[in-house]
Amino acid sequence: MNVKTKEYLPGQHPDLPPPPGTFGIIGWLKSNLFSSISNSILTILSVYLMYLLIDGAINWFILDAVYDANDKPSCRKLGDGACWAVITRRVDQFIYGFYPHAERWRVDITFLMLFLAAAPLLYPEIIFRKYLLWFSGLYPFLAFILIKGGFFELELIDTNLFGGAMLTLIIGVTSIACSLPLGIILALGRQSNLKLVKILSVCFIEFMRGVPLITLLFVASTMLNYFLPPGTNFNLLVRVIIMMTFFSAAYIAEVIRGGIQAIPKGQYEAADAIGLTYWQTTRFITLPQALKISIPGIVNTFIGLYKDTTLVVIIGLLDPLGIGRAALADTKWNGLSTETYLFVALIFFISCFAMSRYSLWLEKKLSTDHK
Amino acid sequence: MVKKKQEKVIKINEMHKWFGTFHVLKNINLEVSQGERIVICGPSGSGKSTLIRCINRLEAHQKGDIFVNGIELSGDLKNLEAIRSDVGMVFQSFNLFPHLTVLENCTLAPIWVRKMPKKDADTLAMEYLTRVKIPEQAEKFPGQLSGGQQQRVAIARALCMKPQIMLFDEPTSALDPEMIKEVLDTMIELANTGMTMLVVTHEMGFANKVADRVIFMDEGEIIEQNTPKLFFTKPKNKRTKLFLSQILNH
Ligand SMILES: Nc1ncnc2c1ncn2[C@@H]1O[C@H](COP(=O)(O)OP(=O)(O)OP(=O)(O)O)[C@@H](O)[C@H]1O
Ligand SMILES: [Mg+2]
Repeated sequence: MNVKTKEYLPGQHPDLPPPPGTFGIIGWLKSNLFSSISNSILTILSVYLMYLLIDGAINWFILDAVYDANDKPSCRKLGDGACWAVITRRVDQFIYGFYPHAERWRVDITFLMLFLAAAPLLYPEIIFRKYLLWFSGLYPFLAFILIKGGFFELELIDTNLFGGAMLTLIIGVTSIACSLPLGIILALGRQSNLKLVKILSVCFIEFMRGVPLITLLFVASTMLNYFLPPGTNFNLLVRVIIMMTFFSAAYIAEVIRGGIQAIPKGQYEAADAIGLTYWQTTRFITLPQALKISIPGIVNTFIGLYKDTTLVVIIGLLDPLGIGRAALADTKWNGLSTETYLFVALIFFISCFAMSRYSLWLEKKLSTDHK
Repeated sequence: MVKKKQEKVIKINEMHKWFGTFHVLKNINLEVSQGERIVICGPSGSGKSTLIRCINRLEAHQKGDIFVNGIELSGDLKNLEAIRSDVGMVFQSFNLFPHLTVLENCTLAPIWVRKMPKKDADTLAMEYLTRVKIPEQAEKFPGQLSGGQQQRVAIARALCMKPQIMLFDEPTSALDPEMIKEVLDTMIELANTGMTMLVVTHEMGFANKVADRVIFMDEGEIIEQNTPKLFFTKPKNKRTKLFLSQILNH
């Protein structure tokens, strides 16, 4: 320790490397995992616990698991781990519900096209964005024609047959896509100087936020018939999507309102002073900033909405959870609820995790503070 | 007759303004000629900001009238945006749009209010950014610039609308001392081009050098106005003397 620090003349000090053990992997380990004796003990204990957990999990999930069997008893004979047969035997139902086998290519194509349609909206830097945006605009109609049929020799498919992950995607994606613009309009309406617009927006938002989604779904499935002219047969799936859209739009509106209120007054004054109109200010100043602030809240709402689609089970639609419950009700598979619910959870986790990652990426990309 | 009217770009007659029941501006009479440079000073809360904000109708007055370029500012004005785009404003806190680059800050209004093609707007903006001496920052975001640079961008942004009149509300009071000079220099250059300017500031050096007239406000009234030389050497009113002694001797 008595190595003398070298002396430099004022203004001559060169850049030196940091002392050893304070940077790189070793530095990281030292400061994060082994900074003190108790910390080191905790680290070792946690690693041991993790080993136990992961070891057990790998055995149960993979090594000792049974992937195909005719029923639960034969499953149990083949291995001690998970009985994935309950899933593999019905995996097509988990994906397509009861959509006719021969027509499932239509769902596949629609699903693949979804990525192409979403890409220009989610990644503004994509090549050929202009043309792809046209495709995005067309996509809802294409998807409807393909999935529902009834046009161009395509067989008409009853929406009662829709189910599984496909149903979740249809409800989730449509409601998400519709609730964002509706939420923006409601948020602007709530901030509007026009009293009537403001009152209507506030009423809509407060009503939708004030009732449980499940009651809205019941309204959709039963009561809406009373309000509609007699004889109209309004598709149940459409009604559910409308209710889901309204419900999440109310939340989105509040999230965005928070974003709008976070914008300093000076921004509007500057916009006024250079002569922008209300709509120009909204488009170029208010919304870009408000939406950017609101991304975490908006995605949070979307994730909530996506998971809430499982509630449609209660009004008799068969989303993955519904299919899983139907599987469990089958005497052959009775009691395999762990495997079934884990699989259903996985289906939802994939989409929700993707949304969450996307939002982090977008936040980072839009950040203009320090670049 | 007509010619004389056009010379006065701003005319304020017996104007009053209230915030709720608080009488913030009292019987303001002010005429500003084309090319005139006016510095407004006065203690905090005396209504300086409010007065210049009435000129581009960021605030509405309740009594009396205000003419800008011969057009009366009133509640049923249809093309308020058109008038505002002829009056540039620079704020104490810059108020740049943080999500747009410096260049986009400058081109937004020319493109959407003046309906200028993007290319022309870019050229115009670069011209003004060069004039305020920061063309190399065009692609950066405001948050990456120093305060003085931001304020110069704000000046360039206002100038891109080719305004007839420029309003400055304490443009240097949020800046560190070493940055005040660069902004004041920009403003002096602007004054030399013959721009009509109304500047709220306590930079008396600037007033002395540039102003044609200094206006002293207190408690919502114009107490005294004079050429800078007479204003600083022979203030008439007691309150003016007090104010001057406070800001000059600290
Ligand atoms: N929006 C408002 N509502 C109510 N009162 C206001 C509002 N804006 C300003 N005032 C009040 O009006 C008075 C004049 O304000 P103004 O901002 O014009 O003062 P100023 O001379 O610019 O002062 P400063 O040097 O502090 O900027 C102050 O008393 C202030 O509190
Ligand atoms: Mg002020």
